[in-house]
Amino acid sequence: MNKILSKPESLKDVSLSYCPGCGHGIIHRLIAECVDELHLREKTIAVAPVGCAVFAYDYFNFDVTEAPHGRPPAVATGIKRTNPDKFVFTYQGDGDIAAIGMSETIHAANRGENITVIFVNNANYGMTGGQMAPTTLIGQITQTTPFGRDPKRDGYPIKLCELLATLDGTTYLERVSVFNPQNIIKAKKAIKKAFQCQIDEKGFSLIEVISQCPVDWSMSPLEAIRWVEEVFIKSFPLGVIKDKIDEK
Amino acid sequence: MATIKINHERCKGCGLCGNACPNKCISLSKQFNKIGYHWAFIEKEDDCIACGFCYLTCPDFCIEVYK
Repeated sequence: MNKILSKPESLKDVSLSYCPGCGHGIIHRLIAECVDELHLREKTIAVAPVGCAVFAYDYFNFDVTEAPHGRPPAVATGIKRTNPDKFVFTYQGDGDIAAIGMSETIHAANRGENITVIFVNNANYGMTGGQMAPTTLIGQITQTTPFGRDPKRDGYPIKLCELLATLDGTTYLERVSVFNPQNIIKAKKAIKKAFQCQIDEKGFSLIEVISQCPVDWSMSPLEAIRWVEEVFIKSFPLGVIKDKIDEK
Repeated sequence: MATIKINHERCKGCGLCGNACPNKCISLSKQFNKIGYHWAFIEKEDDCIACGFCYLTCPDFCIEVYK
């Protein structure tokens, strides 16, 4: 009897601080598997965000640094430009990338920096207790929108992939999800393709991962994955948003 | 023979593995582990086909698959 699947080498043998059923752990594992399969562990430098994944340096078994809120693309730019032989990716949540760090995100993408961004979209500010984020859906109930997000007062959810697709600097943008095994396999393929894009020096790539946040959505983990499938991905359709890898 | 091993002390009892299992082999224990959750365990070991769906969906990477 042989072991066919177990924790990848790029993850430390520690328990995570995430809530039960949270998608962050799944995404951490997919990233670690891709890093292992592409033999990047000794030359990877990741940039962790402020948010739920702030302790990512405790979980990944490669070098991880920490950036102020929203600034990972700017920090990653500096790391990549001074160490062009290293593999640099950022790991960010929706509040980090689409609210506080919107300026850094857009300018890093517009410059076509050769970095990879993993953007975990769970439609609220998870760490601070589930307040409305830029990506919160219309009508979604959060701590700061107890009657649902009203577009007249709160505006509309930002679709970051579509926004960045208009910039000439971006190379590869895809939106994936982790609510069932089939989509988890697709998400891994997308992350691996984005990592390969950076290795081939093709420029800026971003993978948006639609993830569940059961505790802050006031749902059980099973209700949360059902809500992702039935509601969330209807507003944020999955698929490749932009693929210019062959043209660069 | 196909089977899985679940790290009981790290499991947070979210139930995503049992939900993904095509043969519904995985159940949640009635007891609590040290961190206060009902852990997942393989109840119907003979039905396991080592598809790895539980491993894929586990957010705390506490599952190992054997074949």
